[in-house]
Amino acid sequence: MPAVSKGDGMRGLAVFISDIRNCKSKEAEIKRINKELANIRSKFKGDKALDGYSKKKYVCKLLFIFLLGHDIDFGHMEAVNLLSSNRYTEKQIGYLFISVLVNSNSELIRLINNAIKNDLASRNPTFMGLALHCIANVGSREMAEAFAGEIPKILVAGDTMDSVKQSAALCLLRLYRTSPDLVPMGDWTSRVVHLLNDQHLGVVTAATSLITTLAQKNPEEFKTSVSLAVSRLSRIVTSASTDLQDYTYYFVPAPWLSVKLLRLLQCYPPPEDPAVRGRLTECLETILNKAQEPPKSKKVQHSNAKNAVLFETISLIIHHDSEPNLLVRACNQLGQFLQHRETNLRYLALESMCTLASSEFSHEAVKTHIETVINALKTERDVSVRQRAVDLLYAMCDRSNAQQIVAEMLSYLETADYSIREEIVLKVAILAEKYAVDYTWYVDTILNLIRIAGDYVSEEVWYRVIQIVINRDDVQGYAAKTVFEALQAPACHENLVKVGGYILGEFGNLIAGDPRSSPLIQFHLLHSKFHLCSVPTRALLLSTYIKFVNLFPEVKTTIQDVLRSDSQLKNADVELQQRAVEYLRLSTVASTDILATVLEEMPPFPERQSSILAKLKKKKGPDTATGLEEAKRERSAAVNGGPEPAPASAASTPSPSADLLGLGAAPPAPAGPPPSSGGLLVDVFSDSPSAVAPLAPGSEDNFARFVCKNNGVLFENQLLQIGLKSEFRQNLGRMFIFYGNKTSTQFLNFTPTLICSDDLQMNLSLQTKPVDPTVDGGAQVQQVVNIECVSDFTEAPVLNIQFRYGGTFQNVSVKLPITLNKFFQPTEMASQDFFQRWKQLSNPQQEVQNIFKAKHPMDTEITKAKIIGFGSALLEEVDPNPANFVGAGIIHTKTTQIGCLLRLEPNLQAQMYRLTLRTSKETVSQRLCELLSEQF
Amino acid sequence: MGQGKCCKAGEGLEIRFILIQNRAGKTRLAKWYMQFDDDEKQKLIEEVHAVVTVRDAKHTNFVEFRNFKIIYRRYAGLYFCICVDVNDNNLAYLEAIHNFVEVLNEYFHNVCELDLVFNFYKVYTVVDEMFLAGEIRETSQTKVLKQLLMLQSLE
Repeated sequence: MPAVSKGDGMRGLAVFISDIRNCKSKEAEIKRINKELANIRSKFKGDKALDGYSKKKYVCKLLFIFLLGHDIDFGHMEAVNLLSSNRYTEKQIGYLFISVLVNSNSELIRLINNAIKNDLASRNPTFMGLALHCIANVGSREMAEAFAGEIPKILVAGDTMDSVKQSAALCLLRLYRTSPDLVPMGDWTSRVVHLLNDQHLGVVTAATSLITTLAQKNPEEFKTSVSLAVSRLSRIVTSASTDLQDYTYYFVPAPWLSVKLLRLLQCYPPPEDPAVRGRLTECLETILNKAQEPPKSKKVQHSNAKNAVLFETISLIIHHDSEPNLLVRACNQLGQFLQHRETNLRYLALESMCTLASSEFSHEAVKTHIETVINALKTERDVSVRQRAVDLLYAMCDRSNAQQIVAEMLSYLETADYSIREEIVLKVAILAEKYAVDYTWYVDTILNLIRIAGDYVSEEVWYRVIQIVINRDDVQGYAAKTVFEALQAPACHENLVKVGGYILGEFGNLIAGDPRSSPLIQFHLLHSKFHLCSVPTRALLLSTYIKFVNLFPEVKTTIQDVLRSDSQLKNADVELQQRAVEYLRLSTVASTDILATVLEEMPPFPERQSSILAKLKKKKGPDTATGLEEAKRERSAAVNGGPEPAPASAASTPSPSADLLGLGAAPPAPAGPPPSSGGLLVDVFSDSPSAVAPLAPGSEDNFARFVCKNNGVLFENQLLQIGLKSEFRQNLGRMFIFYGNKTSTQFLNFTPTLICSDDLQMNLSLQTKPVDPTVDGGAQVQQVVNIECVSDFTEAPVLNIQFRYGGTFQNVSVKLPITLNKFFQPTEMASQDFFQRWKQLSNPQQEVQNIFKAKHPMDTEITKAKIIGFGSALLEEVDPNPANFVGAGIIHTKTTQIGCLLRLEPNLQAQMYRLTLRTSKETVSQRLCELLSEQF
Repeated sequence: MGQGKCCKAGEGLEIRFILIQNRAGKTRLAKWYMQFDDDEKQKLIEEVHAVVTVRDAKHTNFVEFRNFKIIYRRYAGLYFCICVDVNDNNLAYLEAIHNFVEVLNEYFHNVCELDLVFNFYKVYTVVDEMFLAGEIRETSQTKVLKQLLMLQSLE
């Protein structure tokens, strides 16, 4: 075959590229490019008509300049002209330019579509291919409108060439992904399924992707694909390694097609037809058998291709979760990989085994590999492999091995990478609680956690240990003794002081009989830590001191002296000062009886009420509307020593609302566990997923109501109420979702899921932890979603909630009001500045305007409130017409900041508004305009 | 199941983008299967370069990336990277990279970085023959090379 020489065919291009490569500096490069651009511009403008070759060459140079990162603002027309050339090379450059520099200029789109149409009709397979690739690469809505009807015909026509069929299938897939509404299902669908039988394996490869995607959305219509896929797969796996010729890759028959077929089968449950099912089981067994055969080649390509099929096979076996024999065999196979010399295989085996651990059939088999996994934790060099080992240990943990696994995780924690410490802490805390037979072990474990990784122990973890100690009187004495001992360490973590302070305040009397831990010694021990602690911890310790006054009358005067000191009574912190004043007063005026009543031991926390699994669930989730007030009330009740049982958090630490306001100080959400491992927490505990319900009626209206406000009720039916509270700052946000069970019956398997489209996922990052799957009657569960706006976005995430109520399965979906305007930061500016900026943003793409009828009474004050609620600053005395409203602000995303100006002109006579948005980014103008237009 | 992961898992095999970069971070091919604006593309390119180049031969060929993962392989000074969904088949893409490299090698007769620079417009053609709409289109090296030769003859 002739080698392709450097830039053959276009000498001028090769020279230009060489020149650029020889530029010594960025400046020289820019100079050379500008010279070239001027040259091309003059050629394009010149009187002499350019021949096809020159046009191709210049367009190709422009493309090269663009790919170097420079803007190109001309040449589109010449590129479009190339499309109608009859020479392949000219056409190809034209299509390439269009695909890379998509331009939504409507005039050009019409011309481009025209050229594509001609090529599709040309019956020249090369031209048809170029046209289809262009549609597949651009995939715009305009193209879908123009061609979504035509392409299925090309795909199933009897006389279409194989290579065109391949392109048509994937082109259709692209259009279906971008504009599913424009791709009509029809007669062609059944014929597409039969492409699985096609003789040309390339056609089958392309068609399988299309069918898989279509089957995910329309499982019924594509059901027949199952038996066809099984028989195709069967023919591949039983073929001799030479049968498939071109499609055999390093002695593995059609590995990619096999993987695709196995993924298609994962859209469906195990086949019902016993014959099909039997044939499939045979295939899966054959693949597992082949894994045991000696390799046909020593090349890594051989083993990778073979194992790609094997791992997909195991995924299907896990997906079906119905053949114990296959599950155990899969597990044994993965067990071999755990000790393989290839890091890739060890990693993938750990990952795959995690899912096997959750199947009842293979859980025991997975457990036999515990020593290997622990060893991986200690010896793997790649942190991502160690991470998978942690995940797997967590997944394989049960009562029989919990002590060992927790101990190993604790010892790993001492040296673990910072990036995964918080997650390990949570996992240890969950496992220790879940599998504690003996609560002294649990207490020891949590105290160890605090000792080893105190900074990574979140509030929920130490609240929980206190709740458990309070609820179990058999462990209280032990807990008091243990924290007392732990506090002896000269430097102990503040979280330990918190736990110690709380537990000794409640149960210090249980160890006071021992002269080594007499009341006075306990007090001095705690007080020795006091000055090094933060305000919330000191507040907690003050509460402990007043409890000591009640428990141990003999230390009363010592404590009163402390409370009376200037550093307490005149403390600059209001909270500390108030506590000191009130506690001192209480200790002076109250009789012993009153003191005993006020400072009575905490009543037990209702069981099942909390678990770290439902990390952020609070004892009494604040009411959706008045959460802030209620939390404050709880807090002051506790400060005043009110007898009302207050949650551990309320007496001593920043209340949930204070935490909410402290958003800016909180570490950014993505610092948490990476998404895949976050998912694991749920994978283990949730039921298998069901289809997502369509949006609940009224969801859109409710959604619109939240555009200009952050708190309120998002959804309510007879069973469930969903309330929201959210806070946004710059490109970060946090949303508290409150699920209220309105009935008197438990909700079971309660599973809220956030669903983002692929596009949205790239631009908006959401992180959340699972909630407790059981919601008691009348109870409220809280879920926190950490939000990061990566780039501007249009769609909204969907919140799907599934649960069992009585015997019935409930499934609700609502749109979650996380909208682009939430990331607004208001900007004040004077009239002059405003109009200067307004003029700067005068490109047609930067402005979006909407004229619409008022849907609500046109009230000036309400309008102002809405604009402020929308997030922009409301600028007074800027618009010469006082009836108009103008606003300004900056949208913060992780990647960039986008300045936004808006102007709303009401027309009272006509009951109309005109809304104009100008921002530096078209999509932002568009989206903000849509959102705000709905509000008036 | 998707909860916590925050987003519903994959839609079958779908490539988000393919990047070829050299060690210095120069892009030799960028093929996007999702819509990104130019700034975002530049940012992705830099991030990928940062996560991939710090890894050594003892590391896996997979690395978590935002809500996705990158499957990559290094050939001399060039990194070939494919961004896919987290639950996609790692090894299938790893070998898809190799299959692609073997085709380039055959087509350009011992491909080197400069071939990709001077023939950038042909590399796109090779990509489109093997990957389309984010999916694997053709895996047979014989078929791909035959088609490329046929197109070559039209020049």
